[in-house]
Amino acid sequence: MGEPHDSFASYPPIDPVNFDLIVLGTGLSESVIAAAASAVGKTVLHLDPNFFYGSHFASLSFHDLTSYLTSPYRPPSAASGDSDYVVVDLLHQSPYSDAEFASRDDESASFLRENSRKFNIDLGGPKALLSADKAIDLLMKSGASQYMEFKGIDECFVYEVNEGLANVPDSRGAIFRDKKLSLKEKNQLMRFFKLVLKHLDDTQEEKISEEDLEIPFVSFLERMKLPPKIKSILLYAIAMVDYDQDNNEVCKDLLKTKDGIDCLAQYSSSVGRFPNAPGALLYPIYGEGELPQAFCRRAAVKGCIYVLRMPVISLLMEKVTGLYKGVRLASGQDLYSSQLILDPSFTVPSPPSLARKDFLSERLQLLSQRDIKGMVARGICITKSSIKPDVSNCSVVYPPRTLYPEQVTSIKALQIGSNLGVCPAGTFILYFSTLCNDANEGKKLLKAAMNALLTLPVSGNSESVPSASDDIKPIAIWSAFYIQKLITSKFEFISSAPTPDGNLNYNDLIDATEKLFGHMYPEEEFFPKATSPEDTKDEDEEEEDSGITLES
Amino acid sequence: MHGRPRKALKPEDEAASSAKAEKLRSLQAQFLANHHNHIYSKEALELSAKLLEINPECYTAWNYRKLAVQHVLSNSDSDPHSIFNDELKLVESALRKNFKSYGAWHHRKWVLSKGHSSIDNEMRLLNGFQKADPRNFHAWNHRRFVAGLMERSEEDELKYTEEVIGANFSNYSAWHNRSVLLSNLLKRKAEGYFPKEKVLEEEFQHVHNAIFTDPDDQSGWFYHLWLIDQTVKNDAPLLVSSWPSHGSNITLIGDNGLRGCGLSLLNGTLSDTGALPIILYFNQAVKGINSSSVAIKSELLKEELVWKPLSMNNSNTAQVWVVYLNLGNMELQQSKTYSVEINVGHSSGILSANGNHYGDPSQISFEVFVETTCTKPTEGQVGKRTTWDDTNFQKIDHFQELDSIATANQNHHIPKSSDWCIEQIVKEITNFRDLLSEYDCKIGKLTLARLLTALDMLSSPLDGKKSNTEEVLQLYIDLMKLDPTHPVYYKDEHSLILLKQITSTRDSLLPYCYYHKDATETFTGHVCLRLQNLSLSRMGSIENLLWVQMLDLSHNELQSIEGLEAMQLLSCLNLSHNKFGSLTALGPLRSLKSLKVLNISYNELGSHSIDTRRYLCSSPVAHTEEFTWDRIEILTGSFNAANFWEAFLIFGSLALTELNITGNAVADENFRSFLVKVLPTLKWLDEEELS
Repeated sequence: MGEPHDSFASYPPIDPVNFDLIVLGTGLSESVIAAAASAVGKTVLHLDPNFFYGSHFASLSFHDLTSYLTSPYRPPSAASGDSDYVVVDLLHQSPYSDAEFASRDDESASFLRENSRKFNIDLGGPKALLSADKAIDLLMKSGASQYMEFKGIDECFVYEVNEGLANVPDSRGAIFRDKKLSLKEKNQLMRFFKLVLKHLDDTQEEKISEEDLEIPFVSFLERMKLPPKIKSILLYAIAMVDYDQDNNEVCKDLLKTKDGIDCLAQYSSSVGRFPNAPGALLYPIYGEGELPQAFCRRAAVKGCIYVLRMPVISLLMEKVTGLYKGVRLASGQDLYSSQLILDPSFTVPSPPSLARKDFLSERLQLLSQRDIKGMVARGICITKSSIKPDVSNCSVVYPPRTLYPEQVTSIKALQIGSNLGVCPAGTFILYFSTLCNDANEGKKLLKAAMNALLTLPVSGNSESVPSASDDIKPIAIWSAFYIQKLITSKFEFISSAPTPDGNLNYNDLIDATEKLFGHMYPEEEFFPKATSPEDTKDEDEEEEDSGITLES
Repeated sequence: MHGRPRKALKPEDEAASSAKAEKLRSLQAQFLANHHNHIYSKEALELSAKLLEINPECYTAWNYRKLAVQHVLSNSDSDPHSIFNDELKLVESALRKNFKSYGAWHHRKWVLSKGHSSIDNEMRLLNGFQKADPRNFHAWNHRRFVAGLMERSEEDELKYTEEVIGANFSNYSAWHNRSVLLSNLLKRKAEGYFPKEKVLEEEFQHVHNAIFTDPDDQSGWFYHLWLIDQTVKNDAPLLVSSWPSHGSNITLIGDNGLRGCGLSLLNGTLSDTGALPIILYFNQAVKGINSSSVAIKSELLKEELVWKPLSMNNSNTAQVWVVYLNLGNMELQQSKTYSVEINVGHSSGILSANGNHYGDPSQISFEVFVETTCTKPTEGQVGKRTTWDDTNFQKIDHFQELDSIATANQNHHIPKSSDWCIEQIVKEITNFRDLLSEYDCKIGKLTLARLLTALDMLSSPLDGKKSNTEEVLQLYIDLMKLDPTHPVYYKDEHSLILLKQITSTRDSLLPYCYYHKDATETFTGHVCLRLQNLSLSRMGSIENLLWVQMLDLSHNELQSIEGLEAMQLLSCLNLSHNKFGSLTALGPLRSLKSLKVLNISYNELGSHSIDTRRYLCSSPVAHTEEFTWDRIEILTGSFNAANFWEAFLIFGSLALTELNITGNAVADENFRSFLVKVLPTLKWLDEEELS
């Protein structure tokens, strides 16, 4: 972190000391819950050991990003102090591993160093919002949207073997404008869209049969006689599934027709929802880190207390019952709350043995087991030219088997240019991600995806000479690879928030967060409709979809 | 705005709207008082502005504003610039209230055309309105007007249509504007828009994307239809057929009766007056047919000829023109052959409605042979009624040499179409067969039918290619089932194709030609064309039927006989058992000077209380007719003239000897006695001999 941890003692003590909820970490889920709990009148204390907002959802400067991914977290030495409770030290386990970086040459490296502060690089990229997705709805519902500005992603591409990038024909207009589909394919695709819209339209009687809704989406598409190319666009570029749907052995997320149709519906209602955004996707100006921050600001307005650079070093637990009572800060202060949410990097050490069969050890045992659901490989490139001339911001999906036959997952990529305030003028940040079983597989997939569009720097060889064929592809002046564990949210007597997932959008994450909130506060509404006079203005705006600010 | 359902009014809204109406009424009353008294004071103007801001539809107020502007301008040393600018501001706020107000847009046009205001603001205003509703045709109209004023390049405007269509191709106005702009660019061969073939091919590709993406959306289809038209159309007018046809021999019987084309005249006027018609049938309406643009060389020509357009709308433009060679007052030598040579379009003057010059100078020559006097029909036979029973007809096995029936393939006037044209249509046919194999849609079938028809039209029937008529007919039959809301349109198209097929060659015509028993109960050389029981809903291919003197169209579904006016030789016509709903539908008969026998029994004349066709036709109150009021007054006498003017209009100009009108609601006793008065020549009415 580069930030010293030795001056905690000089922090003024936090007052009051009792809260309904203490949240550790300012990731998206944590921030949403802090805002939601504040909105229903809970007293919330929101802490983060980092000096920045966002935890695993942060957008960081070039320097901060590299050090965050590489420097081990150094927990401050436990402050001693007497307590009526059992003091259990928190254990930090970084979800990141296998980070590697490469610069093209010394000149590039110094350019990046000098412009470090001009970068806002997403830690959990690639991530974007669908105009009609749950995150947008939540932003409007919570009022957090007033703290953010968005811009539409200009184009969505799908990578095709031998063809390179093709526009995703994701709407009637896009099908009309498409230059690569044959007339017949245009007709087939649009007819399928119409079938789906008819199915979703309550006034229409023509419905897809119940039986068809339960079969795999891929079988349904085959039954509709859609050619492979269109099938692939629908599955991977629009429904955005991860695993090869034609390969039952490896497919971990076989999509059912009904879910496929929901994805299509959300995508198609996203296209053109906001006049200034031509496509389905939106991206926050200044990066994804704005998203958790907006919820934190919302929470603060509702009375939540924020303290950054304040690690929690221990949990306070009742001796006999093993119930959670509070936390001990690095400053040595003890604070108490009914509930606690932890950033997914934090856990408790598993008790040495299960010999002592008491409540406390059992609870600690439960808490120490984190739900790790595989891993996601992430990659970042910085270039000085776009992968598509005249297009600054775009998304790319590489469906399974398009890069090489053993590619069983699809790869998602996002290019963001300087007009979104995330990099210096004339540069572009490209994010890549894919689900994987091990680090080598993940990196191999990402490298193949990057190589398909870019000329990559070679690690350790800063004087690489571009070969003749390379000059067509944009040159990456810097690249990064890292593996991130996928930790899901968990509700126990102490809850744990999820890490960023492998999706391009936040739908699953918002779902999980809402569910977690429901467990914690079964009696409370998740962002109730505002009734106080100060909020009615926001409500009016929402009705016209103007709750979202879009820069044209 | 499109696609926004209208919401029912809430009670409180209703109260508000009646309050608003009350306010509006009082404003309107004050305004009208000002208008009547020519008050153009500042207060009066403000009042009218207030009224228009609430209700831009009040066109009287817009007219008042125009008068006021003129008044103010004429009065003082006022500043026209600021006066007109105030008007523009008022229009803008009125348009914000209702951007589909005709009056407001018109007022804006009026102000701008005065030339005192800057037009820079117009594009900004238009972009706003067109962004709010890209399909607002008012805005598109205004855009064309402003683009013209600003001299904005057509290329830029074309690019704009491309952007709008790219965003949402369901936009008739944008496609329409595109066709207007492209027409101009193609016409002046603008840079990048030549050759026409290249441009049209690109446009076909462009519109295919719309049609294939969403075949249920009609906007692209209209543009496609325009493109087909651009591909196959001949700008230059051409002669398609004539009577007499080139190389034919007409036999005149010594007493000025007329033989030829397989017929001796039945009861024709031609034998009464001795007038020989010459009919020119063009591929489109033309003007400028006169003795200099059409030169006739013949001994028979003794006087200046006056060409007459055969059109139903009294214009000087028509597809068919006729002239009468007056032989009645001429001493013709018997057994002599007179030759007639007609040169069409050798000197300029023939123009299409769009101002294109006649394309292909052509010559028609024919011979008129005067036969020795034949015996006059004996007196007793004259009184015999014409009957249409099957027993009076005899099938013709083969035409005789004499039967010089002219059909399209004998006309040498069909120009050769370019290979590109044919290739393009063939390409389109392949595309649409593909679409139909994917998706069965009515508009795909209709377009395929149109394309196949166009292909048949382009390829000469002489080059031996199989015609697609059977497939086209089947497509229209399918369409009648597929799209039951538009049966009449498909039936009409089906009728036209069927008639084209029947009349295309002499061989195809043969099964429909019969000899008719003449007055002496013997089969003579009189050929009758019998097109009954064919489910025809309209007539067509008249250009191939100019020779017909006896026509049986009974037992069809005809509601109109548009185009029949060209059949100048027609003497007997059977229209019984059809669906004629009004006498006005028989309008074309008025031009048939030789018509003697008419059967319109068993139709629906007088069954419809509201004549939906009337607006298309002339009426005594429309000033298009020279209506002889005194004559109708004398004729109707005690009858109510208003009920009979239609009948008077149709029959008053005919010299029928036989008329059958039974089986029609209109035909009561009063009507019959009126007909007897209107038609003094009438010998038979409803199968009864008149005493």
